[in-house]
Amino acid sequence: MRHLLDTQHLSREDALEILDVAEDMADTQRREVKKLPTLRGKTVVNLFFEDSTRTRISFEAAAKRLSADVINFSAKGSSVSKGESLQDTAQTLQAMGADAVVIRHGASGAPRTLATSGWITAGVVNAGDGTHEHPTQALLDALTIRKRLFGDDSRGRDLSGIRVTIVGDVLHSRVARSNVWLLHTLGAHVTLVAPPTLVPQDVSGWPVEVDFDLDHAIAAGPDALMMLRIQLERMNAAYFPTEREYSRRYGLDARRLEALPTGSIVLHPGPMNRGLEISAEAADSPRSTVLEQVTNGVSVRMAVLYLLLAGERPHTEKEDLR
Amino acid sequence: MSTRTVMHDADIARALTRISHEILESNKGPEGLVLLGIPTRGVTLANRITPMISEFGGAHVPVGSLDVTMYRDDLHRNPTRAPRKTEIPAGGIDGRTVVLIDDVLFSGRSIRAALDALQDIGRPAAVRLATLIDRGHRELPIRPDFVGKNLPSSREERVNVRLAEIDGIEEVTIES
Repeated sequence: MRHLLDTQHLSREDALEILDVAEDMADTQRREVKKLPTLRGKTVVNLFFEDSTRTRISFEAAAKRLSADVINFSAKGSSVSKGESLQDTAQTLQAMGADAVVIRHGASGAPRTLATSGWITAGVVNAGDGTHEHPTQALLDALTIRKRLFGDDSRGRDLSGIRVTIVGDVLHSRVARSNVWLLHTLGAHVTLVAPPTLVPQDVSGWPVEVDFDLDHAIAAGPDALMMLRIQLERMNAAYFPTEREYSRRYGLDARRLEALPTGSIVLHPGPMNRGLEISAEAADSPRSTVLEQVTNGVSVRMAVLYLLLAGERPHTEKEDLR
Repeated sequence: MSTRTVMHDADIARALTRISHEILESNKGPEGLVLLGIPTRGVTLANRITPMISEFGGAHVPVGSLDVTMYRDDLHRNPTRAPRKTEIPAGGIDGRTVVLIDDVLFSGRSIRAALDALQDIGRPAAVRLATLIDRGHRELPIRPDFVGKNLPSSREERVNVRLAEIDGIEEVTIES
């Protein structure tokens, strides 16, 4: 693996390899000494053009547990706010000897541009681009589902026959997009639930079912319910009349939590808007995997950095895009 | 290219039985022993030696596996390899005598990695090394305590250990 740009083009084998290595990484995190010497001497740059504390510290923790050096670069107050182009920023990082660049950018496709431009030889990891993808989030969600449903017997297994329902602002959500592709590749059955205004105009090319009624979708008995964050900062147009109405129709309250089948789990990528898309009862219930997702996030990112950086770098520069 | 079989199934069985006795003898009994196999075939060997030690010594001896992939110093020279499972027995390794089990001892670099890995897991009282084949060509000051067979070989030759559980056949061959 040279880059991790999306989950749409990730093969089942590569996805399972990342998940299995992530479980090995998780095992090492239970040891007395959590730090591994594996990426000593490698430099990982966190290049964040959008604010994201959670994702950045997760990548930072992952890189540091593998003994890589971490450089954090955020656009605010940097040369980017002085008008530097992505090309110049990238070439600066190259000149400093970055081995991997973890990029978050407001423009969909920016990580691919970085990976294919020839500006840098470093491995590129997409940490969220525009409304396109956020592959490591989908991988950690898949790992969380797999571990909760299969327990110790999870290694090497895909999610065949598992039913996952994704609820909320699918329109703006790169997390939803990455999950749709990855879960489909792993054999899961995906249902999207959202108000019609928050479903992309044409999802006929997506391997999903769409339902506009959350109660109906819960009655169908999903194994995992993934609540998306309502991104209030993106809600400048009138996608729904009021927050209260959204919460009443699409929020996971105590009654809907009760209606879920035994054993099914509730995921949320965080940060949560308690009382909006998810109630405190649901967020704090034993079904909720929110904190496991954070822990698994570090393991998945360790696995991705390991697979990208530990081995010999393949010399296929432009063709190998995954 | 020629292939020569240097150990058959009976030879391997005899060597493992002898190693089991030697481990017990040098440790003066089974007390405090923990056996850790190095994946892949070292784990298989550890799982064969442990019941023998437990039987000859008359006490249960814990066994586990120790993956050294993440500690290797040649990671960036080879294609990426997926790490294997590390399983440390419930009692841990603190204050125990750990016996590392590997199939072939060559440069000694895997064992160096294993020693680093052990250091992150705990502090054993002593670490010993058992290997089915010692083929020489050490690059580090590491030497085995228990050896199944010394096999003088040239660097260009390949030594293959095949075990029934993994390969469906039981033999040690040398290819040149």
